[in-house]
Amino acid sequence: MGRLRLFLPLCGFLLLVVMLWLGFSLNDPHILPSALLQKPFPGFELPSLQDAEKTLTQEDLKGKILLVNVWATWCPTCKAEHAELMRLKEQFGLEIAGVVYKDEPDNARRWLAAYGDPYIYNIIDRDGRLGIDLGVYGAPESFLLNAEGKILYKRVGEVNARIWRDEIRPRLEQLEYFDLDQQR
Amino acid sequence: MNFFQNNYLPVRYITVLLLLALLSPGMAAQGVIDAFEFESVEQEARYQSLVAIFRCPKCLNTNLAGSDGPIASDLRREIHRMVKEEQSDAYISGFMQSRYGDFVLYDPPFRVDTWILWLGPLVFLILGLAFLRRFLGQREPAMTDEERNELDQLLARGERSPSGE
Repeated sequence: MGRLRLFLPLCGFLLLVVMLWLGFSLNDPHILPSALLQKPFPGFELPSLQDAEKTLTQEDLKGKILLVNVWATWCPTCKAEHAELMRLKEQFGLEIAGVVYKDEPDNARRWLAAYGDPYIYNIIDRDGRLGIDLGVYGAPESFLLNAEGKILYKRVGEVNARIWRDEIRPRLEQLEYFDLDQQR
Repeated sequence: MNFFQNNYLPVRYITVLLLLALLSPGMAAQGVIDAFEFESVEQEARYQSLVAIFRCPKCLNTNLAGSDGPIASDLRREIHRMVKEEQSDAYISGFMQSRYGDFVLYDPPFRVDTWILWLGPLVFLILGLAFLRRFLGQREPAMTDEERNELDQLLARGERSPSGE
């Protein structure tokens, strides 16, 4: 027993190593846990990019499962993400609503004309007010909404093939999204 | 995510800005200066104290006052708006927390999932004191009464001996 006690400091040290390792490696300090999960999408009243006359509100987001993608033409990661959004739209019929975040509408129109348009429509959030209500602190960010307009999942950073496979698709399967798709 | 992802300023402009910042140490120390207008000195003081207590969500350890990130500037604008609307501190704090979570608070609330943060140091202090007590208690006293008597006798003899011989 007396000899075993000599190992106590070593055990303490190993515990410390494990705790610090978990704290520093598993916890990416750049990714904030969203305060909006399981909450309704915040209210807004903003113009549509496609139809300047039209005003979109949170009610327009209801009625179907939707991915809301916050993007901008000044954001290089959004360019990388764009191809994946196109693939999700074409391959799975995923409906994506865009939020043009702190950007010139003309820039966004040019971008969509040049690279293709994966969105069913785009909301123009020119001064970033909707972004703040969404807890956005960079672009891109994406939100998965259910038919009631509740936020089920948030992704900070790009949606890529891995995020689709591991995070978004399983959630859609849980909602029987794909079954509904086949019935249509 | 790339740290500079939101920076669309060419690098040479940033360099020039940094050099200018070096020339004016007073400005650099204050961080960012916005051209906000206030109705009273109290309002401005309140704004200044509020932007100091919230953490910028994008930068890991800078408050809203000290960050030149676009999101920090947007949040300063929101706080300015709420200060002008004479909203309460609790309202403004709630506004920030409901959107960006506890991350933006430098003073985290006491809750079930944060108790370890608040009580952890106290637990370690108690453990340390208990350990210290046991460690000190276990040590044998430096001398038994018997030994002390013996030592006294030796000392007494030593005092006598130089003059006794």
